[in-house]
Amino acid sequence: MLQIRSKLLYNQRVQGGFFRLVARAAGMIREAAPGKFVDIRIDDGYGPLLRRPFSIHRVREQNIEVIYEVLGKGTEVLSRKKPGEYLDIIGPLGNGYSILDVRYSILIAGGMGVAPLIFLTEKLAERKTQNAKRKIIVLIGAKTKNEILCAKEFTRLGCDVKISTDDGSRGFKGKVTDLLKKILPFVICHKRLAIYACGPRPMLKEVSRVSTTYKIPAQISLEEHLACGIGACLGCVVNTKEGFKRVCKEGPVFNAEEIIWPDC
Amino acid sequence: MRSLKMQPKLSVNIGKLKLKNPVMVASGTFGYAEEFQDFMNLKELGAIVTKTITLKPKIGNAPGRTCETPQGMLNSIGLENPGLEVFIQEKLPRLNKIGTPIIVSISALDDPGEFVILSRRLDKIKGVAAIELNISCPNLTHNSKLISQDPKATYNLVKAVRRATKKTLIAKLSPNVTDITEIAIAAESAGIDAVSLINTLNAMSIDIDTRKSRIATVTAGLSGPAIRPVALRMVWDVYQKIKIPIIGMGGIIDVSSALEFFIAGATAVAVGTANFINPKISHEIIMGIKKYLQKSNINSINKLTGSLKCNQ
Ligand SMILES: Cc1cc2nc3c(=O)[nH]c(=O)nc-3n(C[C@H](O)[C@H](O)[C@H](O)COP(=O)(O)OP(=O)(O)OC[C@H]3O[C@@H](n4cnc5c(N)ncnc54)[C@H](O)[C@@H]3O)c2cc1C
Ligand SMILES: Cc1cc2nc3c(=O)[nH]c(=O)nc-3n(C[C@H](O)[C@H](O)[C@H](O)COP(=O)(O)O)c2cc1C
Ligand code: FES
Repeated sequence: MLQIRSKLLYNQRVQGGFFRLVARAAGMIREAAPGKFVDIRIDDGYGPLLRRPFSIHRVREQNIEVIYEVLGKGTEVLSRKKPGEYLDIIGPLGNGYSILDVRYSILIAGGMGVAPLIFLTEKLAERKTQNAKRKIIVLIGAKTKNEILCAKEFTRLGCDVKISTDDGSRGFKGKVTDLLKKILPFVICHKRLAIYACGPRPMLKEVSRVSTTYKIPAQISLEEHLACGIGACLGCVVNTKEGFKRVCKEGPVFNAEEIIWPDC
Repeated sequence: MRSLKMQPKLSVNIGKLKLKNPVMVASGTFGYAEEFQDFMNLKELGAIVTKTITLKPKIGNAPGRTCETPQGMLNSIGLENPGLEVFIQEKLPRLNKIGTPIIVSISALDDPGEFVILSRRLDKIKGVAAIELNISCPNLTHNSKLISQDPKATYNLVKAVRRATKKTLIAKLSPNVTDITEIAIAAESAGIDAVSLINTLNAMSIDIDTRKSRIATVTAGLSGPAIRPVALRMVWDVYQKIKIPIIGMGGIIDVSSALEFFIAGATAVAVGTANFINPKISHEIIMGIKKYLQKSNINSINKLTGSLKCNQ
């Protein structure tokens, strides 16, 4: 874990309210792994006060890439930063996805959840070249077609990509978890499956329910509001079968079956 | 021209404890220090105050526990900690390896008598440099009040703990009172060595879309720059009423905000929320204080304490 003054190399709108950011982070590359995140100090003038966490979207040479959605003050200020400016970044933080040796990897992304799954796919694809029988199925869900991100990149990486939108403007009409339930009967016979998911809470809760029912190992990336990001404040806990765990330290990636979900 | 810069004296005394510099880290904002070792040389710190420890382990409050507010944040951690014995066995030995004084913050769940048990146990441990009594923790109620909201309860508690230990004792006071000076005076007359002020302010924040509080326990403690003017005023008020040292905290985020506290009357300062924003901020503050003293030709940090000038 490092704190660096990182030079911003690229920071531009991808589509709608989504941005891609590239920053020089030489020292962080070695420890970077899918599911880990960086904590960015948005503004030296304390507006906003706390750092903002973003998953590592991918690494290229000495650079770290992030994709983010402008939601509030922090991401708004971040979106106005220009290449050449410097950012104070801490990372890589947290526990990422463990890559399982299975025939079928099913990746499920809700909205912004595609961010870490590209990095994960790159790692899975490296294995795929060793064994052509391995398959990566990517399910991307969003409200409308305008919020579908990275679909082409997943295809380019050799994945079988399926899309769902709430309004049916692209792909399957409905929730991405409904899409999951639809395709599962076709692959479940292969036994050796693993699910990797990232997205909003209700989606992850449903993924956990489905994966537990079908006894498929599932890893999910959870979000909480982070204050310190480094495990010190105990502010970001989630309830698990082994008690509270910190999203920023033991997480953000957890095994789905260990999470105890609140009722609402 | 002078070739050699004056080396101002940074060391301060808090009770029997001598600190090499007056900058410590506030309870609950520095974990058990190991989280910060990648970012700064922890040995540089004047002292480390641990997360508050209770006799029995405490799992803490339900999430969400934190949120950001204008120039501040709310927290409602609920004193999550592994309990006294695990702390002594697992955390303390590692903390002691750092080589800077470790101040152990303690609290009690429902029975104030636990403060005495905790202090008696910690009294015997060499690696404990001082004990901070967190009597401003929102989870401990005394007639539905915090101990530090009642001068008499404060007096009685400090008196009882004083009998249990010879170590330096610090009382951490709550700003959620009408007159903080009467609490400080009560603690002083019961034999406390120093007071820490302030703990967080009771506060809340609402999400208008869900009409829910952003924090599971509904109300929570406010910290960060937003509370600094309040904290500073309280340090100033208390400074005029007591003789013992004040450890000032609340919204210290850089050198100048730390210096404000000394001028208002603090002997030492503690950095809290700012550790989350910049994990090596304490190092920067220590360096900055030294520079300021050199620049102002002040040869000891003690001379800055309470040096507020009259307006006019
Ligand atoms: C481990 C981790 C990885 C993340 N990775 C990414 C990523 O790759 N790309 C991306 O766009 N976002 C990511 N996020 C979420 C991102 O950190 C928040 O969207 C961002 O902090 C919002 O800041 P803001 O100041 O713009 O919005 P705020 O004004 O702080 O909030 C705007 C809205 O977003 C909600 N929000 C803020 N922070 C969080 C959070 N941490 N979790 C859930 N909801 C939040 C608020 O409740 C509010 O409704 C990640 C979060 C975590 C914990
Ligand atoms: C996340 C968090 C946890 C805290 N936990 C404790 C604690 O366990 N015991 C305690 O005495 N104070 C605790 N505090 C209060 C701080 O020690 C400090 O008094 C307060 O935050 C004001 O300082 P600041 O504005 O610099 O943060 C906590 C504060 C925060 C933000
Ligand atoms: S954000 Fe502080 S412990 Fe996770």
